[in-house]
Amino acid sequence: MQIKTMAEYAASGETPEVLFWVGCAGSFDQRAQKITRAFASILDRLSIPFAILGKEESCTGDPARRAGNEFLFQMMAYNNIQVLNGYGVKKIVTACPHCFNTLKNEYPQLGGNYEVVHHATYLQQLMDAGRIKMKEAGSFKGKKITYHDSCYLGRANDIYEAPRQVLQLLDAELVEMKRCRSNGLCCGAGGAQMFKEEEKGSTRINFERGAAAVGTGASVIAANCPFCMTMLTDGVKEQGKEDSVKVLDIAELIAQDMA
Amino acid sequence: MHIVQAIVFLVVFVAAVYLFARKARQIRRNILLGRDVDLTDHPGQRWRNLLLLALGQKKMFRKPLVAVLHFFVYAGFIIINLEILEIVLDGLLAKHRLFSPILGGLYPWLISAFEVLAVLVIIGCAVFLIRRNVLHIRRFRGHDLDGWPRSDANYILITEIVLMTLFLTMNTADQVLQIRHYGHYAATGPFLVSGHLMPIFNPLSSWLLVLIERGAWWLHILGVLAFLNYLPYSKHLHILLSFPNSYYGDLNPKGKMENMPAVQHEVQLMMDPSLAANAPAGDGPPPKFGAKDIFDLTWKNLLDAYSCTECGRCTAACPANITGKKLSPRKIMMDTRDRAEAVGKIIDQHGGFQDDGKSLLRDYISEEELRACTTCNACVQECPVSINPLHIITQLRRHLVMEESSAPAEWNAMFSNIENNMAPWKFSPDDRDAWVNG
Repeated sequence: MQIKTMAEYAASGETPEVLFWVGCAGSFDQRAQKITRAFASILDRLSIPFAILGKEESCTGDPARRAGNEFLFQMMAYNNIQVLNGYGVKKIVTACPHCFNTLKNEYPQLGGNYEVVHHATYLQQLMDAGRIKMKEAGSFKGKKITYHDSCYLGRANDIYEAPRQVLQLLDAELVEMKRCRSNGLCCGAGGAQMFKEEEKGSTRINFERGAAAVGTGASVIAANCPFCMTMLTDGVKEQGKEDSVKVLDIAELIAQDMA
Repeated sequence: MHIVQAIVFLVVFVAAVYLFARKARQIRRNILLGRDVDLTDHPGQRWRNLLLLALGQKKMFRKPLVAVLHFFVYAGFIIINLEILEIVLDGLLAKHRLFSPILGGLYPWLISAFEVLAVLVIIGCAVFLIRRNVLHIRRFRGHDLDGWPRSDANYILITEIVLMTLFLTMNTADQVLQIRHYGHYAATGPFLVSGHLMPIFNPLSSWLLVLIERGAWWLHILGVLAFLNYLPYSKHLHILLSFPNSYYGDLNPKGKMENMPAVQHEVQLMMDPSLAANAPAGDGPPPKFGAKDIFDLTWKNLLDAYSCTECGRCTAACPANITGKKLSPRKIMMDTRDRAEAVGKIIDQHGGFQDDGKSLLRDYISEEELRACTTCNACVQECPVSINPLHIITQLRRHLVMEESSAPAEWNAMFSNIENNMAPWKFSPDDRDAWVNG
């Protein structure tokens, strides 16, 4: 798979259709890298001209801002917007709901105006356009799948249906947890909690969520966020179900069975 | 009705309205202690929210059973105010059932409708009392309700039951007297609910019935006026403030955090010093970063606090609270209101605010509570009247981090990683595209 950067596109005088904003987790976290590669492979196989920023990409500043460090957020935002505007970026797709929310909702006020799409919505658009073709007998056919709504895609931006529609491509049985859609329970990582110990309590949020997900009897938990991925995987482990229940991103689910 | 009664009524009525207006002014002043923010954009969308959320109770229906019961109580309250209008006019003009000759045949229908609502209110309040005091519903068991908030809720429900019972008692006695053609009790036609209660009062003598009717009339209207003055001290203030609060509710996507232009300006100057030449000389006081006390919050945050009816839907949905952490979004709102009231008291006593050595942060809301928030927006989603506890939490966090440099060590490490490595983890920025070859 050949992945070009914005710099390479610019050097050859071309413009990609879309910029794939990978995000820090997608770049560095070993588990999330697999999601990144899966999504990139989908774009690649559909011959969608896309680029990454590569070494020029930085943290959007989301965890800093939510922890209260507005200075650091503004610094990151300023630099990122300079880079994005420098390349004249129009459309961004990202596999991280936190990057999606910040780029879409918070950068415009600072001078960064782009069409920002989360990969769940992007995959849904490709599906609606009939571009994604699945294998006849997919590996998830007839299996039970449950979907975990990430807060920053769901409640924060009211996107509940796109990922569920994408999952329909798998011909699997979608079972909902009791707390789903706008009632969904956080994985425990948002608001910069990912980067510190949880406060004292009776249990961990991801254990609570892991138990609910495993409780559906599904063999696959579908996620759309690298942070949810980490937390849910841990929650499933706590339930002792890591061998029978897999946590997979919707991009991985699609990439695995694409024709 | 006797002229003495009318004079007594006038005095009581004016006193009650005056006291209420005085307290309402204090609350308005307390709310405006918050910093200014312009929330007048998109009036169409705002009116829509007011109609859907406050008048239509749209979000209440996330819990259908409670929503129906609440709707009874709510509709009863709104519509019975029309009845109060007649009672007040009767009281002031020394008349009895002023609207009866005006409305004619419609009048018994109208009163019957009010009576049905009164019964529904009694049923609703009774079920609510059971839910609060007998059934083990987690959001009504929380420790943030210990003491006054718990009694407050019960007082309100009992008062409403008593007021509705008095209304039905009054009508029943009235109808028995009507049938006996006693005194000024002119025939109005039968009422739907109290008409069936008449056998209870039939054996009583007419003068006793007049006493009961007058007694119930006075207790009812005195109760309503007392309730009016109880409102501003109670969580029940939501029956008034949910309307403006829904109107001024956030129209942005929930994920969008409020920008800080002062910080943005500083960062731009730092990144691009050439801008400094054109920058206006800053002679104002340096801006405060985040919120430490109610003065640093917006007036909408304080309106939120006064609109909160402590139903606890926010806390019941809060992942931190569910897993036993100290954070309770409901407590955040109650603390904010308590602090605003405390500040208001100081202003009333001294004619202006004098530092009492306390602040919303720490004296009311602890760091541990603030640190537990995942910013998941469940509390914001749940609130039926557009209260945003998260906005207060994030502003207090900004104060902690930017004014006091107070953050957990792991967060400080995360900050320095972002600053030096452009990612919250300590990886080399050069490896950012290493996944391509993985």
